[in-house]
Amino acid sequence: MTPSLEVRRLAYAYPDGTQALFGVDFAIGRGERVALLGPNGAGKTTLVMHLNGILTAGHGTVAVAGLPVEKGSLKEIRRRVGLVFQDPDDQLFMPTVREDVAFGPANLGIGGEELQHRVKDALERVGMLEAIDRPPHHLSFGQRRRVAVATVLAMEPEILVLDEPSSNLDPASRRELAEILRGLDVTVLMVTHDLPYALELCDRALILSGGVIAADGPTREVLADAELLAAHRLELPYGFALP
Amino acid sequence: MGSGHHHQLYRPGDTPVHRLPPQCKLAAVAGFALVVVATPREWLWAFGLYALLLASVALAARVPLSFLLRRMVVEIPFVVFAVALPFIGIGERVSFLGLSFSVAGLWAAWNILAKATLGVIASVLLAATTEPRLMLLGAQRLRLPPLLVQIAMFMLRYMDVIVDEMRRMRVARESRGFAARNVRHIPVVARSAGALFIRSYERGERVHLAMLSRGYSGSMPVIQDLSASSRQWLVAGMLPGAALVVLLGTWGLA
Amino acid sequence: MHVPDGFFNVAVSLSAGVVAAAGVAVCLRGARRELDDRTAPMAGLVAAFIFAVQMLNFPVAAGTSGHLLGGALAAILVGPYTAVLCVAVVLLVQGFFFADGGLTALGVNITLMGVVAVVVGWTVFRLITRAVRNRGAVVAASFVAALVSVPATALAFTLLFWIGGTAPIEVGTVAAAMGGVHVLIGIGEGLITAVTVSTVLAIRPDLVYGARGLAAPLVLRGADGEAVVAQGAPAPAAARRPGWFLPAGIVVAALLAGIVSFYASSSPDGLERVAEDKGFISQASDHALGEQPLADYGDAGGIPVGVAGLIGVGVTLAVGGGLFFAVRRRTKDDTAKDEVSA
Repeated sequence: MTPSLEVRRLAYAYPDGTQALFGVDFAIGRGERVALLGPNGAGKTTLVMHLNGILTAGHGTVAVAGLPVEKGSLKEIRRRVGLVFQDPDDQLFMPTVREDVAFGPANLGIGGEELQHRVKDALERVGMLEAIDRPPHHLSFGQRRRVAVATVLAMEPEILVLDEPSSNLDPASRRELAEILRGLDVTVLMVTHDLPYALELCDRALILSGGVIAADGPTREVLADAELLAAHRLELPYGFALP
Repeated sequence: MGSGHHHQLYRPGDTPVHRLPPQCKLAAVAGFALVVVATPREWLWAFGLYALLLASVALAARVPLSFLLRRMVVEIPFVVFAVALPFIGIGERVSFLGLSFSVAGLWAAWNILAKATLGVIASVLLAATTEPRLMLLGAQRLRLPPLLVQIAMFMLRYMDVIVDEMRRMRVARESRGFAARNVRHIPVVARSAGALFIRSYERGERVHLAMLSRGYSGSMPVIQDLSASSRQWLVAGMLPGAALVVLLGTWGLA
Repeated sequence: MHVPDGFFNVAVSLSAGVVAAAGVAVCLRGARRELDDRTAPMAGLVAAFIFAVQMLNFPVAAGTSGHLLGGALAAILVGPYTAVLCVAVVLLVQGFFFADGGLTALGVNITLMGVVAVVVGWTVFRLITRAVRNRGAVVAASFVAALVSVPATALAFTLLFWIGGTAPIEVGTVAAAMGGVHVLIGIGEGLITAVTVSTVLAIRPDLVYGARGLAAPLVLRGADGEAVVAQGAPAPAAARRPGWFLPAGIVVAALLAGIVSFYASSSPDGLERVAEDKGFISQASDHALGEQPLADYGDAGGIPVGVAGLIGVGVTLAVGGGLFFAVRRRTKDDTAKDEVSA
């Protein structure tokens, strides 16, 4: 079976000359929920940008459900990969929630009744239907993050990629988001340095450090290896023990 | 004129003026302003009638007088300019209370004050009764290039975000004891401006990436369409229409 | 400097509107070519930045403060085309949503603060950086460009006011006063612009449009240490872009000059008017609808100057309108072509 996502020997440097990725290798099977862990500056966000062809590989390849990410395939790739950005203000750029959630499917050529249906359905799945006609900047941070997830769900993606989904959320919003994510029936790649959140939601974890994959295994085992975590500037929060 | 900018004027409401399609209101206000500007300044009572027209619109839109007056502050720099005109103006002069005024300057000052005031009131009424987003869509209906409208949409969406970032930077400066008092402090303020530019630009890049991620390929999908009936155009046309009648009527009498 | 309604007569307001529309149309094309599908979000965010920065008041001299125009700054940071668009959108939003700047004066405002400030600022900047190519020169040129752009805008305002303003002024004296005051404000503008540009140069040199071509090419290392040259490096080619902009700027300037000369002959300035001892009532009819009665001013070179004025407006409208539609059509053709090739 072709994996949902396959990354091979991926390397990249930014225009200012800083190199962020030095040859990244991994694959994610259909239906898996995987956490991509790593300290600040490990290249996590850069890697994410490659998954739907926003950044194009300086070197190496990325394929989504067998389809390589390249100039000709971008439209289909972007339908298949749903990216939720770290800052919901970047993601929610339209004047109202309704227009924002409709933006993706409308770009896929969907209109009329079907478009309205998709918008309502996506908002329903994240519990934000009542905010449909509000401007995004009038919502709380947690609500904006949920709407951001809805904007991507409306495109019915093959894989959902979340960049730091738990950042800046208060404990209640954090739990609500976890419940929403667990209820979704899609492949998920969750990029985070929130280790308990990874453990709560994902069976498998990767560690990205120094621009390469430094570890790959069941989340519980990865998090149990104190030496491995310490070597890559990852720490469980104070008082936290693996259950 | 910097400080008054960041408070938007829109007052949600449900009056006949609020309900008019934005393109009709925009065209009506522009037409009205044009008629006002074209009116010779000596026709004093024509300006009185224009003011009455605006007052009736304000009444219909339930915009209180105090709101209008408070929003007049944008005019202040030009009040100063207008007050100066009778002194710096040239030609025939008259004396009053021991001061010498240029007659032409006095007329010019009246001209600018009257027309600018009417123009500002009309614009405030427009802004107060029209949701910003819809105003831009209305402008697009009036053939403003779509790309310009999109730029304005993004500006509108992120204006508050960026002004907020700037305010946080100022708080950060001031909480470390800094206050811009003289020319030597300009570089400190300007370095924040540099940082603000980088943040804005990078946010622009991220927004663009977010758009690309959802299949953006250069044109915005049309999600909402505004249409106006001929009856609505007729209603909106009453303001510039009545003003034009006043102008032509006065012309006929003169 | 946001001119309200009533400052300028109808003819100048409309003519400036046409100039502004033509300028914006040229820049829409140019910006699209530079930024491609990034135009809307990037220009929108930069416009929001300019809007915010215009709220920065800086102390000029004892007790007075100025605030940034931002035209030259925008031109240096994002290029002249995008800069004109950003300033135009800022003015549009201020006019529509904040009642700041009259709707009939929108053309005048965009022409002055968008087109004139950006074209002058960018031209000065290019002249200096073309002669000396290094970072210091970029910063120095930013200072001079921003400084010059402010009095230049003020002088353009004075000129327009002299042509079609609604008050009699002695153009020489007012120009000198306006120019003088605005050189002072220009120093503040120049300082802020230069420090802002140098701050950006220090952190993200690749973002400064006016400094493109100064950066070194990128080198990538693979996992095994092999070196690959990156394909995605920003094209230094953009640095030799002003090809289109200068002619466009000249056309705009010529249009302005056209209006200037026609009006200058059709409407002697206020001093002469009053000196000719015409009562205000006769002047009143002179002003009706902004048109000059043909008989009052005699003739110049066989053509009644009033007629000359009307012809002037007509020619401006025709040329400007023609340019506007030509550009629009070409933009449409291009889009059509793009769609075919895509």
